[in-house]
Amino acid sequence: MIQLTDIEKAFGANRVLRGVNLTVPSGESMVIIGGSGTGKSVLLKCILGLVKPDSGKITVNGEVADTSARDAFLARFGMLFQGGALFDSLPVWQNVAFRLLRGSLKRPRAEARDIAIEKLRRVGLRPETADLFPAELSGGMQKRVGLARAIAAEPEIIFFDEPTTGLDPIMAGVINELIREIVTEMGATAMTITHDMTSVRAIADRVAMLHDGAIKWTGRIAEMEETSDPYVQQFIHGRAEGPIMAIR
Amino acid sequence: MTALAPFSILGRPVLGGLALLGRIAIFAAETISHLARPPFYPKEFLAALMQIGWFSLPVVALTSLFTGGALALQIYAGGARFSAEAVVPSIVAIGMVRELGPVLGGLMVAARVASSIAAEIGTMKVTEQIDALVTLSTNPMKYLTVPRVLAATIAVPALVAVGDSIGIFGGYLVGVNRLGFNPATYLKNTRDFLEVWDIASGLWKGAAFGFIVALMGCYYGMNSGRGAQGVGRATKAAVVAASVLILATNYILTEVFFSA
Repeated sequence: MIQLTDIEKAFGANRVLRGVNLTVPSGESMVIIGGSGTGKSVLLKCILGLVKPDSGKITVNGEVADTSARDAFLARFGMLFQGGALFDSLPVWQNVAFRLLRGSLKRPRAEARDIAIEKLRRVGLRPETADLFPAELSGGMQKRVGLARAIAAEPEIIFFDEPTTGLDPIMAGVINELIREIVTEMGATAMTITHDMTSVRAIADRVAMLHDGAIKWTGRIAEMEETSDPYVQQFIHGRAEGPIMAIR
Repeated sequence: MTALAPFSILGRPVLGGLALLGRIAIFAAETISHLARPPFYPKEFLAALMQIGWFSLPVVALTSLFTGGALALQIYAGGARFSAEAVVPSIVAIGMVRELGPVLGGLMVAARVASSIAAEIGTMKVTEQIDALVTLSTNPMKYLTVPRVLAATIAVPALVAVGDSIGIFGGYLVGVNRLGFNPATYLKNTRDFLEVWDIASGLWKGAAFGFIVALMGCYYGMNSGRGAQGVGRATKAAVVAASVLILATNYILTEVFFSA
């Protein structure tokens, strides 16, 4: 379970997070929705320690995130970045098996390559893709490789940062389906940030709405459509009128 | 208040410059502290050694060849004013190994390597590859900075040694073919007046310049701003800072090595 308590973060005068409280139960898929620039990515980076919150507490299964041994702590996470964030200088299979080729999870090279090819197959890519370089792949293929890398070490918790951004609707559907299947079969806790409502409906068990640096609403996916919360209603129906200012 | 305005105009960039020097010093100390602590990344080190050392060889060799030749012509022309043309071989050799070899080699490597390191790491930063490294339990300082800084510190003295030899050879070619020196006498004069410390001091300078070049590339890459413009600025700043620091360090080391 991931527990966020009163998380605050400011960049200069810009207070991005203003007391975020959120609980993500183990084995569930939580999707955080919210407009661009509302701090969704910053929140995710705070949990991973990429950004240090100014105040508040983050615990993962009861352990305080910033006091655990860093390597062991991060070994429990997988992350799919918005742009894939694949390493240009490495072939696809070494990207996927990056964690298996070094550090505490190191395996023999041949075994790491086999696991990488298996994970590539799991995300619908052929074994021939393994020896290509990221620059030789399409956007959709890069996302799949990023997904394969996120699940390569079978993490307990997986983060997805805008998993469908920049993809055509069919490829977005494929990625959504893959995420749903993988999270279910691995029994992992998933946290996704997106403003793609198709993605939300396909991936989420629970949804949280982030606005003005705080969680405005949280509930199960089935409750999202029926809620009377004006922020959620405006956001999910894409209305220009409502409490969320169109110009931010 | 108005009377102090000119000082504030002067003070702001001075304070900014000092703050930048402080940040670079902390970055350098952090890099050095990681040199002896595992994990080590030998493949990244060897790749950096090839990139910085081997691939810089042509540009350093050509620069040294032409510089050695030009130096021979200048010393000959200058020496002719007081009938001291015979000093050409010894001055070319001493000038190359003490000053021109390390400084020009360092500057050429700065232009080629600091820019490429800053652009590569800067692009990695803006495309979240640095964040990805962290989430994959890999310290970017150890994986990106340490191998490059170590490789440059080792590779640049080797490049300087090669550059020195080629520069002296350039002087020899001009001396023998253009200025009419006897080949055997030219070589004897070169050998007789060159001391081991002349060569060693140049190599130490090369090591210091290699460290500076890679450190500036990594520092500005890691602190690159967003987008193509941010990476462009980081690249330019890395080359400028590396070049200025090389020239400043050269003066300091020359004072340390050769002041009576």
